Amino acid sequence: MNLSIRLAHLYPKLMNLYGDRGNIICLRHRCRARGIELTVDELDLGDRLDPQAYDLIFIGGGQDREQRRIVRDLIDVKGEAIRQAVEEGVAALAVCGGYQLFARYYRPAVGEDLPGLGIFDAHTEHPGEDVARCIGNVVADWDGGTLAGFENHGGRTYLGGGARPLATVRTGYGNNGVDKTEGAVYKNAYGTYLHGSLLPKNPRFADHVLRLALRRRYGEVELAPLDDALEEAAHAAAIRVATSR
Amino acid sequence: MSLRVVAAIAAGKLAGTASRAFGRGGGTALPGVVAEKVEPRLVERLAAQLGHGSIIVTGTNGKTTTAHMLSSVAAKAGYPPLHNRSGSNLMRGVATALLDSAGLLGRLSQAERRLGVFEVDEATLPEAVRAIKPRVLIFTNLFRDQLDRYGEVDSIAARWRSTLEAAPESRIAVLNADDPSVAALRESARGPVIFYGVDDRSAALAGPEHAADSRWCAGCGSEYVYDTLFYGHVGHWRCPGCEKSRPQPDVSATSIRLEPGGDTTLSVATPQGKTALSLRLSGLYNAYNALAALAGGLALGFDVETVRAGIEAVDAAFGRQERFEIDGRRVQVFLGKNPAGLNQVLRTIAAVPGEKRLLLLLNDDIADGRDVSWIWDADFELLADGAASTIVSGHRAEDMALRLKYAGFPSDLPVVRGTDEALALALRETPPGEQLFVLPTYTAMLEVRGLLAKRGGAAPYWEAPS
Ligand SMILES: [Zn+2]
Repeated sequence: MNLSIRLAHLYPKLMNLYGDRGNIICLRHRCRARGIELTVDELDLGDRLDPQAYDLIFIGGGQDREQRRIVRDLIDVKGEAIRQAVEEGVAALAVCGGYQLFARYYRPAVGEDLPGLGIFDAHTEHPGEDVARCIGNVVADWDGGTLAGFENHGGRTYLGGGARPLATVRTGYGNNGVDKTEGAVYKNAYGTYLHGSLLPKNPRFADHVLRLALRRRYGEVELAPLDDALEEAAHAAAIRVATSR
Repeated sequence: MSLRVVAAIAAGKLAGTASRAFGRGGGTALPGVVAEKVEPRLVERLAAQLGHGSIIVTGTNGKTTTAHMLSSVAAKAGYPPLHNRSGSNLMRGVATALLDSAGLLGRLSQAERRLGVFEVDEATLPEAVRAIKPRVLIFTNLFRDQLDRYGEVDSIAARWRSTLEAAPESRIAVLNADDPSVAALRESARGPVIFYGVDDRSAALAGPEHAADSRWCAGCGSEYVYDTLFYGHVGHWRCPGCEKSRPQPDVSATSIRLEPGGDTTLSVATPQGKTALSLRLSGLYNAYNALAALAGGLALGFDVETVRAGIEAVDAAFGRQERFEIDGRRVQVFLGKNPAGLNQVLRTIAAVPGEKRLLLLLNDDIADGRDVSWIWDADFELLADGAASTIVSGHRAEDMALRLKYAGFPSDLPVVRGTDEALALALRETPPGEQLFVLPTYTAMLEVRGLLAKRGGAAPYWEAPS
């Protein structure tokens, strides 16, 4: 069977702060190695999203200015379609600022709340410019093993009852530095603060995302194993660095 | 001179001597740290003695090389430069450079003839400008760099604006016309502005790079349109929304010839007429550095012939295309510490004909930025096809090896612990007569440069003649 995945990459130019495109490079590589055809559509300001057309939605992080630029478009132009897609089981991965925008709202230290899509039952508060940002290497445990990455965010995210955390923090801050949660999961949508880039050095999580993307059209798919020696070495090195300092 | 200044100098010099005696390297920052503890206004007190004032260079990329060129210009003009030449560009580095030239009684040597040439970290700029009170301030470019350390690009731009808004009207701003976020500083400058830029469109890129940051107009938010893009977001830009556009440069490269891996020659139009520059450095980014230095030299009041001669006399600043000869192999070190800067390096190396031998060193110390995710924004794909041998090392060697695998390099690249071992292997992989390109991050550069200097007999930077 010829498998294919259609990926909607939201605002690739505006929301690409911490090497987020590494995640796309990784997905391309892991699909190509298995003969899965991956098509990436870059959706910018003004572009509509067909909720039936995609298997996977990706959004990266951005500076404050960029998040403010996209928020109206995200909610007014694409919001309904993204919510519908996620409800129907489409996979999504939202990193850092994108994760915040996929939650209910972002409350800055000063000024008005920035609304979000409300896919994750979570909200983010910025404790003020005089409070240190959450910056550093992160190691967290999720259902499929460990996640290793780097976080850099001022806002603290708190989960409500309708979202479950993606992972439990071992080293680092995660969502808020207090409750040891990292990221959020709703159906097949995942939010996380980890960049680094996340997927290249977390190959098991990358494959998990690919399986979710394939599930809607093909059911459970067995992915051919790849030679992940280097990926696992980078994963182990990131954990070593995070836990030794 | 106040007693406190004298005490601060004594303490700082003692710290430097002790640091060197214990083999702790150059002591390019420690003396300044110690001395500033004793007298926090030390930089201000010492810089005030500089008879010809100071020039400051800041920006994401190009500071060290541009300051190096200006230092040479000052020397050619007969004003002994006082220069933080080791690239130690925080306040403590500036303080250390001043200390090194101060006598025990707090007087700078040859003070009345001296010109201060300081490269200053982009985030440290406000503090440095308050203390040094430069005559001329050069801004090279603004790109994302170590976001864990500097914060977001916008916050750096805001600091620059407020620095210029607080400056006296006599201070001259030298701005890169081709970087829209730097050119926009014109609106904050209270004194004269000199623009530099590249008019030769043949140096343009075929397509856009990922490492572009200022894509949207700071005034109206529209996306800039480029007639010509040279690198990142640097080029001939205009805003379709508010009609802001690239200013016509006062100092402009009307033609650039980039010899792959070799010299760079420029024809430059200046307010003092046409001149030609021949650089012993490669790559478009060094053409920009030379234009910045040329505009800065003219802003200081030097005649164009002196400035030209000063710039042309410059060889590589340390770690920036610096060359070593090791056992018949040519070794060249290209510092790469952020996506935009590294892309320029990758393009420059890719333009050299023939197969390449590479040593890449990725560290994540504080001075490098703890976050290594930036390597995913650099276009290593440019070198994937031409690499005959590639060795990877540094604290985050595995991250680099993975990035290279996904850029199309082999997946079994040697990952070597220890810079010494990695360098030895890379040299073994380089046949005599061939060239080895070393691409380190900042702290890895200090280390590998030290090793190369030891093997090749060049002086370590803290012993370099000033
Ligand atoms: Zn505009």
